[in-house]
Amino acid sequence: MNNTLVINIVRFLFLILLQALVLNNINLFGYINPYAYIIFIILFPFTTNQVNFLLISFLLGLSIDFFLNSGGVHASASLTVAYLRPTILSYSFGVSYEHQNIKFSRMGLKERLLYVILIVFIHHLVLFSLEIFNLQYILMILKKTLFSSIFSLIVIFIVLTLFSRKN
Amino acid sequence: MQQIIDFLIRYRNAVVYLLLLSLALFFTIQAHSYHQSKVISSTNSLTGGLLSWSNNLGDYFDLKDQNELLLNENKRLRNQLSASKEKIKRITVTDSIPVDTTYRYRSAQVIANNYSLRDNYITLDKGNENGFSKDMGIISSKGIVGVVEDASERYSRVISILNSNLEINVGLKKSSHYGSMSWNGKDPNTIQLTDINRLAPVAKGDTIITAGKSLIFPKGIPVGTIKDYTLDQSQTYFLIEIRLFNDMTNLDQVYAIEHLKKEEIRSLEEPESKLNQQPIDE
Repeated sequence: MNNTLVINIVRFLFLILLQALVLNNINLFGYINPYAYIIFIILFPFTTNQVNFLLISFLLGLSIDFFLNSGGVHASASLTVAYLRPTILSYSFGVSYEHQNIKFSRMGLKERLLYVILIVFIHHLVLFSLEIFNLQYILMILKKTLFSSIFSLIVIFIVLTLFSRKN
Repeated sequence: MQQIIDFLIRYRNAVVYLLLLSLALFFTIQAHSYHQSKVISSTNSLTGGLLSWSNNLGDYFDLKDQNELLLNENKRLRNQLSASKEKIKRITVTDSIPVDTTYRYRSAQVIANNYSLRDNYITLDKGNENGFSKDMGIISSKGIVGVVEDASERYSRVISILNSNLEINVGLKKSSHYGSMSWNGKDPNTIQLTDINRLAPVAKGDTIITAGKSLIFPKGIPVGTIKDYTLDQSQTYFLIEIRLFNDMTNLDQVYAIEHLKKEEIRSLEEPESKLNQQPIDE
């Protein structure tokens, strides 16, 4: 248990620094940035108290907002996706996920893909809707969500493969 | 009472979610309004320090380009200086009152620059202790960059011209037609100018400069050239696309412009503004 705590604290800090100092400066084609810090939300232990999880996700998003001067858009997006995670989990892994002590690394590839794609897409949709904050620009919101999601997914899978523990 | 507590316990996730969400939305709405002191800002010492540290790491890579820029600017300024010296020689000064300057320039370095968001901000490595304060104009050697919105002890946050909350009064260099410029959020190299009357002599390639009607930028700071123009729906004003002189995606050394007579002008304008129920600032 203690080990999990340490791993999650390190992951939290590492992902914030990675996002703020590296990924926010990529700007592919001028406007596409990957938001890979939500790996924290994807990998966070499934069995933890939901209230704690909400608070931590909120803090994670807010830390990113501090670097980008973006108010609370990352906080809102992270919080929403954390709130919806139980629903996404049961949708992608089946209802029984709660009773078994499942781990992300032990699930089938198809389920994992579906789970990560859902989380990334919902997060990005909330993020860009709040960032642009204007329904006139709905096409721009969808375009940014789509392209950024694809880029984020690629980066997330690269990071997950690099740091996966073989056991 | 017991029922209320039961309700809160049963729906605690939703309650916590809604509470935190409203807090986050409050920050978001605050971020979308110009001229308000913001809670979430990169000017605090932790994020400012981290950004400046990471900027120091990458600084050496474009030293050559930045040197080139500064050399070009020096060359231009030297030419201007010698030209104005020639002029001054021909004028005999009969006035005993010393000529004083209205603007003071300070230099700073960009430590964080966003251009991929809808509302972009720039963080500088100088703050209050170096004389940076709110409402100073920021330019680079090529042209306009933004306006200081908030300054902490050692860092300041600049609202970039690539931000929907900023409107700047600019106009044509060759005539005195002015309009307001603000970004539509699409291409970081082009910016939109509205409210130029259709009678104005607009042509592709014309230079756009700042109007100098506010206390932020002096008249004549270069902005860009006209890339394209159309008439708006009412057929009375031009909608102009400006190609910026500045590459907003590659900023390093910038200058802040301080208006030294700001207080004096404000004190003159104040009684009038009270009459019109329109505060000048904030």
